[in-house]
Amino acid sequence: MKVYVPRDAAARALGSDAVAAAFVAAGHRVIRNGSRGMVWLEPLVEIEEDGLRRAYGAVTPADVPGILSGAVESLGPVEDIPFFARQTRLTFARCGLIDPLDLSDYEAHGGLAGLRRALALGPEGIVAEVKASGLRGRGGAGFPTGVKWDTVARAQADRKYIVCNADEGDSGTFADRMIMEGDPFSVIEGMVIAGIAVGATKGFVYIRSEYPDAIDVMTHAVEISRKNKLLGRILQSSHEFDIELRVGAGAYVCGEETSLLNSLEGKRGVVRAKPPLPALEGFMGRPTVVNNVLSLATVPVIFERGAAHYAGFGLGRSRGTMPVQIAGNVARGGLFETAFGMPLGDLVHDIAGGTASGRPVKAVQVGGPLGAYFAPAKFDTPFGYEEFDGQGGLIGHAGVVVFDDSADMRAMARFAMEFCAIESCGKCTPCRIGAVRGVETIDRIAAGDAGAVPLLVDLCETMKHGSLCALGGFTPYPVMSALEQFPEEFGGLREAAA
Amino acid sequence: MPSTAAPHGTPEDPVIARIIADHLGVEGPLLPILHAVQAALGHIPAAAHGPIAEALNITRAELHGVISFYHDFRDRPAGRHVVRICRSEACQAVGGVALSQAVLDKLGLDWHGTTPDGRVTVEPVYCLGLCACGPAAMVDGALKGRATPEDVLAGLEA
Ligand SMILES: Cc1cc2nc3c(=O)[nH]c(=O)nc-3n(C[C@H](O)[C@H](O)[C@H](O)COP(=O)(O)O)c2cc1C
Ligand code: SF4
Ligand code: FES
Repeated sequence: MKVYVPRDAAARALGSDAVAAAFVAAGHRVIRNGSRGMVWLEPLVEIEEDGLRRAYGAVTPADVPGILSGAVESLGPVEDIPFFARQTRLTFARCGLIDPLDLSDYEAHGGLAGLRRALALGPEGIVAEVKASGLRGRGGAGFPTGVKWDTVARAQADRKYIVCNADEGDSGTFADRMIMEGDPFSVIEGMVIAGIAVGATKGFVYIRSEYPDAIDVMTHAVEISRKNKLLGRILQSSHEFDIELRVGAGAYVCGEETSLLNSLEGKRGVVRAKPPLPALEGFMGRPTVVNNVLSLATVPVIFERGAAHYAGFGLGRSRGTMPVQIAGNVARGGLFETAFGMPLGDLVHDIAGGTASGRPVKAVQVGGPLGAYFAPAKFDTPFGYEEFDGQGGLIGHAGVVVFDDSADMRAMARFAMEFCAIESCGKCTPCRIGAVRGVETIDRIAAGDAGAVPLLVDLCETMKHGSLCALGGFTPYPVMSALEQFPEEFGGLREAAA
Repeated sequence: MPSTAAPHGTPEDPVIARIIADHLGVEGPLLPILHAVQAALGHIPAAAHGPIAEALNITRAELHGVISFYHDFRDRPAGRHVVRICRSEACQAVGGVALSQAVLDKLGLDWHGTTPDGRVTVEPVYCLGLCACGPAAMVDGALKGRATPEDVLAGLEA
């Protein structure tokens, strides 16, 4: 019999350590797996007997004797739980299934097959394959990953770098954290393949300090990889690659790639003007691939199954799958990996079961603190880059935060401005000063000065067009979307803001 | 103000010197050094500025600019317990504001404040990645999901 109790941070935050201890006290060896992503059922315990894994949801230490005696009813196999059964798991196929730090378990579930194929294809073949997969950056901007790698591959330099962006600062997102904690070798394998493709021998993973569990798992995974030739001389080939972990220091803007590079270099995390692109002049002025954790963690499965398989999923120019993170006031919150194209409303209602409070959904914010609010009137929008853009929004890192009808949209707009003011890197005035003015203006509106609404609109225009990066440039999205869809909360009539 | 760069000036100096020496081989060593100093000493004392600036060949003004840019670095020790409560949107959607207000009120603090007895510091954090089980908090490094004021305040007496 095998007992799985997640070591994922969300599971631990809901008491999984005490549950694991109870199984150990009862004389069982416990495998600390990652999360299967059904956070409302955490701690989700799985018991494997005769090759069958049965799940038990939201387990407390007091449930453990009953689970062992058969008195507690199982939820059945995870794969049969509707929330899980409806997913297409490519990037997250192994997350929660395997022991995250057991490299042979990783290999037994398809790990390293992609790397072996990539080694056989060689650098040019790798870049062509990533291009053919249609993979776009999962960090927010959606830039084609193969094109970025091609640029770095073609650049001439004495050294090149791969930087894995694990700063995951967007509220409502936790997919990077989950994969680092649940399947860290997939991130490492993706980075190694990127290194071979562009001719880089050194990689950094920049992990936010708010993720101590992910830092811990990744630290061990890197050590294990070095011992087993997944790092160093890669699988006895002629390619060399090593990885160093770096920890952020609590600055949201350091998720922006050039700010991140400054931070890695030991500087203030101020955003750099582009050009030069990091692909040409990145870390220490050398050509650098900066990719999100999910972009890199998706690379191995693209090589394992083939680019055509991956590209076969999706909608329009959004190819493959997206690990959507459903959070906030939601009945069934968690990670739902699905082919692009599912309408937003299906995710919120059918998949996630609406609000946890049982009250009506008022709005959802998609894409983190810089993402727009979508009222239910826009719930038919299919999940895709262009589709959300067309609705004045963005999918970003695919966080969907659900609010019930008690949400105060003016307060949410104010928070967006306040967050921008706190996190601004200070380089441009519209962002640094504008966000402070934005808070003041919304306070005036709150005090009954409806005449301040046009000022807020003007301010948003200025920030949108006068900011160097998306922190200042996109903060107007949540603000304006709240104002346009809920004008009565800003003291105006619905027509006034139209 | 007297220079704090003088060798053997404070009891922390050997610790700081060792941390610097340990990191000089890495590319972009400043953040790793600052993290290590804070981990060892609980904050980044003024006594560390001179040696770090000198070793990395940057001015003290530049160093101060870096330290002050990042929310994580402290210039004075925190309370014996550190409570971090998520202020971000997904936690707000499930009562995060009420949670932080209750905790701050109970302790008589504002954000970033420390109780006069040096017992507890309360800080905001912008997402802990626990957005599907908020409101979220971190108490002395331990994560709490669906946190109540009681959960957060438990164990902070001593
Ligand atoms: C303010 C701001 C914050 C960002 N935060 C992140 C982040 O936490 N993680 C991330 O991968 N990308 C983040 N990005 C996007 C990065 O700048 C960059 O586009 C991305 O890391 C590139 O990787 P990808 O192509 O794989 O998405 C942020 C951008 C901005 C403007
Ligand atoms: S928009 Fe804000 S965060 Fe971005 S570069 Fe300008 S000041 Fe910095
Ligand atoms: S928004 Fe609070 S943990 Fe993510």
